[in-house]
Amino acid sequence: MTKEHANWSPYDNNGGTCVAIAGADYCVIAADTRMSTGYSILTRDYSKICKLADKSFMASSGFQADVKALQKVLSSRHLIYQHQHNKQMSCPAMAQLLSNTLYYKRFFPYYAFNVLGGLDSEGKGCVFTYDAVGSYERVGYSAQGSGATLITPFLDNQLKSPSPLLLPAKDAVTPLSEAEAVDLVKTCFSSATERDIYTGDSVEIIILNANGVRRETEQLRRD
Amino acid sequence: MFRNQYDTDVTTWSPAGRLFQVEYAMEAVKQGSAAIGLRSKTHAVLACVNKANSELSSHQKKIFKVDDHIGVAIAGLTADGRVLSRYMRSECINYGYTYESPLPVGRLVVQLADKAQVCTQRSWKRPYGVGLLVAGLDESGAHLYYNCPSGNYFEYQAFAIGSRSQAAKTYLERKFEKFQESSRDDLIKDALFAIRETLQGEKLTSTVCTIAVVGVGEAFNILDQAAVQALINEFEISGEEVPATESVAEEAAGGASADQGGAAAEEEAAPMDI
Repeated sequence: MTKEHANWSPYDNNGGTCVAIAGADYCVIAADTRMSTGYSILTRDYSKICKLADKSFMASSGFQADVKALQKVLSSRHLIYQHQHNKQMSCPAMAQLLSNTLYYKRFFPYYAFNVLGGLDSEGKGCVFTYDAVGSYERVGYSAQGSGATLITPFLDNQLKSPSPLLLPAKDAVTPLSEAEAVDLVKTCFSSATERDIYTGDSVEIIILNANGVRRETEQLRRD
Repeated sequence: MFRNQYDTDVTTWSPAGRLFQVEYAMEAVKQGSAAIGLRSKTHAVLACVNKANSELSSHQKKIFKVDDHIGVAIAGLTADGRVLSRYMRSECINYGYTYESPLPVGRLVVQLADKAQVCTQRSWKRPYGVGLLVAGLDESGAHLYYNCPSGNYFEYQAFAIGSRSQAAKTYLERKFEKFQESSRDDLIKDALFAIRETLQGEKLTSTVCTIAVVGVGEAFNILDQAAVQALINEFEISGEEVPATESVAEEAAGGASADQGGAAAEEEAAPMDI
């Protein structure tokens, strides 16, 4: 008895990698800008990062059509929140909203692998990492997407103290400075680009701190 | 007003062809505290009088942001106004979600009017007891609309609703011809003058009124009290004259200290505006 298989899938994987690192008073959120399908590149210049609130940025890899839909739903929900509460949503609140939104489609999931980065109400960096159906956890750093398996062990090694490998983590966030964290992210992406065919072209880095938001771009290998 | 045998249901016509319940709903608007709107080619300003039930209580919120490009001022049953504002916000969000562009003001007011009309033709409903001044910006410029409980709506260069609005309307009728070309700051000054007309002697301070603006390059926002007081002080220093046409945006030099606390001619709280 062979099972009948669909001759069509509603999903596609557009590849790419996302990373976020939380610091004492900053947060770095980064994603490469390559969008691919199968072995082809669709574009070298697509942003996977979305600003959900003043202090919450979401980077998502996976199926970009679902990512776009998810971003729109969250933006609309944030507008409603602002009308009702007269203020922006905090990052932890947005984290819960994202989890609920993902689980809402538990039986036809958003094919999106998300990393939410921002500042909590005390101004400390926070990073939340998700699976496709909304299971989430606050962590000191995270990577998702096609290059995640290459980057995560490297971050475990470099960011020793917030690493959950020594359970519980010694520090909630990395003691590195903002500049060091940005540099580390660039290193992660250049290394991942070497070995992961779906990661490359360029990396978009968002740095969030008490002074506001800063955006940096770094070119990566285009092969 | 008129108590007669045709005014019990909204679905009963009078022999003269009137729906009394709808007219009574419009009376509720007249009892609410004043709200004023005016617009130029590029900006629209809303202003309203803040009336608190007693010295102990806070005043009611009468101006609501609906979207970055639309705001509304209400007069009448504020609870009804809040519910309609929530509806308007929801419509703007859904339109933005579907079309990735701002909902044109004219479309929103039609939807609002149709919603109000439904309540004039169902025996189990009652009309909304609130008048709405919708100020917004779209591709064709700044707009000001008035939506009334009957389901009618009109576009205006300037309008005033609520109690003692006639005084404001008289002032606006004198000045409205130059509004189209007015600058943002002159528009706000005219709004403040119009509000002052409705106060009839009571001192105009920023605690008594609220101002909101929307325009080209400016998302809908409610001005904070300090900014409003500064504007009031500006034109009170220069005397009780009509403001000059060029805009003056500097802060007041100390200025006429506001006559706070003193209960001036205490306005009678309108029965339904609580």
